[in-house]
Amino acid sequence: MTEPAITPELVAKHNLTPDEYKKILELLGREPSYTELGIFSVMWSEHCSYKNTRPLLKTFPTKSKKILVGAGEENAGIIDIGDGLAIAFKIESHNHPSAVEPFQGAATGVGGIVRDIFTMGARPICSVNSLRFGPITNGEGRAGCPQPAERRGADTAPYQELTAQQIANNKRLFAGVVAGIAHYGNCFGIPTIAGEVYFDKSYEGNPLVNAFCLGVLRHEQIARGAAKGIGNPVFYVGPPTGRDGLAGASFASQDLTEESAEQQRGAVQVGDPFMEKLVCEACLELLATGAVAGIQDMGAAGLTCSTCETAARAGTGIEIELDKVPQRAPNMTSYDLMLSESQERMLIIVHKGREEEVKRIFDKWDLPWSEIGFVTDTGRMVVKQHGNVVADIPAKKIADESPVYQREAREPVYLKEVRAFRLDEIPQSPDPGRDLLTLLAWPTIASKNWVYRQYDHMVRDGSAICPGSDAAVLRIKSDSLPDLVGRDSVEPKFSEDRAREDSRPTIPEKLIALTVDGNGAYVYLDPYEGGKIVVTEAARNLACSGAVPLGVTDNLNYGNPFKPELFWQLKESVRGLADACQAFNTPVTGGNCSLYNQSPAGPIDPTPTVAMVGLIEKPEHITTQWFKDEGDAVVLLGEPVDANDPLLGLGGSAWLQAVHGKKTGTPPRCDLEPARTLHTTLLGLIQSGLIKSAHDCSEGGLAVCLAESCISQLVARGTPRLIGAAIDLSLVGRESARAQKSEGEQKSGLDGVPPHRIDALLFGETQSRVVITCNPLDAVKVVERAKLLGVPAVQIGRVGGDQLSIKTAAGELSVPAAELHDRWWNAIARAMV
Amino acid sequence: MKAKIVITPKRAVVDPQGKTVRNALEQMGHQGIKAVHVGKYLEIELDGADRETARKALDEACHKFLSNPVIEDYKLEVTD
Amino acid sequence: MNFAVLQFPASNCDQDAIHALRDVLGHPARYVWHKETSLGDADAVIVPGGFSYGDYLRCGAIARFSPVMQAVKQFADNGGLVLGICNGFQVLTEAGLLPGALVRNRDLQFHCEHIFLKTATPDSPFTNKIPEGKWLKIPIAHGEGCYFADEETLAELKANNRILWQYCSATGELTEGANPNGSLLNIAGICNERRNVAGLMPHPERACERLLASDDGRWIFESMIATLQNRTVAKAA
Repeated sequence: MTEPAITPELVAKHNLTPDEYKKILELLGREPSYTELGIFSVMWSEHCSYKNTRPLLKTFPTKSKKILVGAGEENAGIIDIGDGLAIAFKIESHNHPSAVEPFQGAATGVGGIVRDIFTMGARPICSVNSLRFGPITNGEGRAGCPQPAERRGADTAPYQELTAQQIANNKRLFAGVVAGIAHYGNCFGIPTIAGEVYFDKSYEGNPLVNAFCLGVLRHEQIARGAAKGIGNPVFYVGPPTGRDGLAGASFASQDLTEESAEQQRGAVQVGDPFMEKLVCEACLELLATGAVAGIQDMGAAGLTCSTCETAARAGTGIEIELDKVPQRAPNMTSYDLMLSESQERMLIIVHKGREEEVKRIFDKWDLPWSEIGFVTDTGRMVVKQHGNVVADIPAKKIADESPVYQREAREPVYLKEVRAFRLDEIPQSPDPGRDLLTLLAWPTIASKNWVYRQYDHMVRDGSAICPGSDAAVLRIKSDSLPDLVGRDSVEPKFSEDRAREDSRPTIPEKLIALTVDGNGAYVYLDPYEGGKIVVTEAARNLACSGAVPLGVTDNLNYGNPFKPELFWQLKESVRGLADACQAFNTPVTGGNCSLYNQSPAGPIDPTPTVAMVGLIEKPEHITTQWFKDEGDAVVLLGEPVDANDPLLGLGGSAWLQAVHGKKTGTPPRCDLEPARTLHTTLLGLIQSGLIKSAHDCSEGGLAVCLAESCISQLVARGTPRLIGAAIDLSLVGRESARAQKSEGEQKSGLDGVPPHRIDALLFGETQSRVVITCNPLDAVKVVERAKLLGVPAVQIGRVGGDQLSIKTAAGELSVPAAELHDRWWNAIARAMV
Repeated sequence: MKAKIVITPKRAVVDPQGKTVRNALEQMGHQGIKAVHVGKYLEIELDGADRETARKALDEACHKFLSNPVIEDYKLEVTD
Repeated sequence: MNFAVLQFPASNCDQDAIHALRDVLGHPARYVWHKETSLGDADAVIVPGGFSYGDYLRCGAIARFSPVMQAVKQFADNGGLVLGICNGFQVLTEAGLLPGALVRNRDLQFHCEHIFLKTATPDSPFTNKIPEGKWLKIPIAHGEGCYFADEETLAELKANNRILWQYCSATGELTEGANPNGSLLNIAGICNERRNVAGLMPHPERACERLLASDDGRWIFESMIATLQNRTVAKAA
């Protein structure tokens, strides 16, 4: 078979610039072969090399005493959780494959991230995901909204209803992605324990699928993706290689268009969770034997990345023989084999002389294996096929010396329009009760039970708090860990087993809390503040559940970095993310960048998603968001309304979007210092045993937060526990309205001070607010203690009855909890019928 | 030689998949569709020479393993 | 009492069963790999949940041909207690140890949620300790849990009190709304004629600790343990 000649067109087709090609010629000292060109193309794609984002990623805080494996070192970061235990976690996107084939795209996204975790030697114990789709409804409760002129180009047409076909397509992608995640996670046997879903027009045709996985291990069990030990044999394990997802990494690193999607459709990767489960068990069993010198999964760009990166990390070389690679299709070329993204494959470097252990264990699990090469001291990655060298590349150079670009950044013009927005254009809400129901049924806010009910979120006996509260809580127990010694296929008898079990090292149980957040609308409207809000909300969710944050992993989903306006969004929001991570002492342990996300209508909203993990000290500190007992006092922590915000927290709010069809206005400010004080104060109150429930105010503001606290407890199928509350904000609103009237105007009392707009009070999204409840006898103590620590606090009502009623100086609302529940609980199921 | 096996749900068994497909077809404007039954199709490539022996062996496999007689019917065809 | 927990490729609730029996209830429990041909000195067998063989072809269809299933059949023939949970229930029906079949859920979706179970009879080794009038709150997690059997089989199950558990509402009614998957007669679990082999779709092993929202699942295992202890006493006497 003759390989095509290297022409400028072929280079361009591989998404390599002429400058990059020049660099390849320098590195090799000759013209690359076709296979080598393919290898460079994937290794230097954004997905693998972070060439456009690396300078920005360097600004993230990545260090803390607890970090055992830091960002960028390996497949996933690892954090110490005490008692010799550690957690490995990471988030990764599978956006473009999911746009092409939602079911398999999402399924293989889960498969990929799970592999990243057990590659570290950790046992994967939970999965989380963050999803974005185009709107699945029209009219009331719609997620679509007009966009400022710059995003539409010259077209300044007003908001248009989505066509039935658009809605149907969005629903198809949504249903397919959820089914794919469920298929893979459920079969593999990992609980999908938390997640979030937003619906917005900007994600139409370009859904975001960010999958997160967390594993647990002992410090001494950390495995490395390094090809160590000259002469050590290199094994390929897992199913044979086919022509699946050829060059997916470079596909993920270009604008998504109809044409590029169509090209990919023929080569969709297909996930096999059954195979992955076997590969995972076999790898963990093999790692326990100590025979493994290095291990790496074959993810994006399969054989290419895994061989190159392992050699680069160890500073060695690697030589492989493609004829030994198990192959599914006849006549596969070296180009196909090196770039294929067939799933569930692993590369394992074994200590010489211990090959038999690999064979024994993989035979036990009926898994294919093949010894395909060995570690060399040449520093080169050498690939042979049919006796010829088809690639010979300096491994470290291709992995570490990929091009790095400082892209041009320019503030987008649309922000002028955003900043000019004032509330005067918006009439005060005539019927806040109706607005509340609209918001609760808005798919972005509505209960996601239709989604998480399809995920097995309880397997592995660790799910202490399931999806449906601010953060999920997972218990880590002895058998969450990978085995210390390989288990033989024939188990001993019970008597012997008992003796062995008694000597089994037990560990103190640990509780971790997880959340993932990322409000893209805020980031679009103010990238810096929006970036801070993403991290702050995640930290607030953890505080509400009683956890101290440990670290984050982030997924940066943005548009084309060559467009200065889009790169500015990226740059500014990364600055916000970094500042907030610094403030909450949550280092970034790794993550993923997905650029070139755009729908036919334009780029997506810049969407960083942040998954944060925290530790809960004791089981009694676990706190949930729903109200507990009749008569409990309801206390608001934080400023009711940010009086310095001219939009009173309504900029970029869900209320403006869902009720008025406007996604505009400068979003609420996010001050990090008061946020940190709020979180530590809340945590202190929880740890002192005073708090019965805690729920953070986010999309939809205080009213949605209160409503969710009334309706979100689920006892069992068809059996919610509903409880009402009587809330009085009439004084609260007046006090902060007075503050806004500037100090000079403050006289005595509230006379003559106009109250805040009722919609701002109810639906404004002023940051750093949490609604807590406590025994009424403790209310004064709680309020005083919070104030003493510098957190504004006020009792705003009592739990009880079957209605949520909220009184304000400007009006009131009262809605039966059953009605709130119906709208919120069933909205997505109704849309998906 | 090749064996073709079609496995369909027994008529008495609820077939939500078939019902869903039928409804979808109807919504797409296809008329006169009474019922849809979603089953499985297996194609088995055979080495042996004797068609009748192969048929017998596969018939047993169909009954014992490839289909579940409680809920499924099957049709087996062996061709050259 | 010694519990053997079978382990097929891609069983994934095997570990949970061991955890519930050994770590929570304090009884010896160990894995038995599917290629084994003996159950050793086991007093009871758990066929755990999961996706044995990826649920390929049909749920449980491939697992039933594992070498270990011969041993399980023999164990059952000798009167040993066998409990199939979720995928384990599917394996037992495929193996012919229990009648009927589990087909796709009515709404074609996988369901993971807590449900309430009404115990239809205390007369079985799996239900004798369950307090009367106690609706068990236990999670389900399956895509193919809709119980189906022909009229004749159903009549026989009813006549001989072989329906052990049915999906019910919070107040114990066998309503359509409480039925998560479309099972005939709201059936969640049944036993064989001899009453020593049972299967159910819900996961009692996920409901043995207060931390996990419910510990009602213990009643099922406690029933088995009590039965076995009585047998030991009877043997000794």
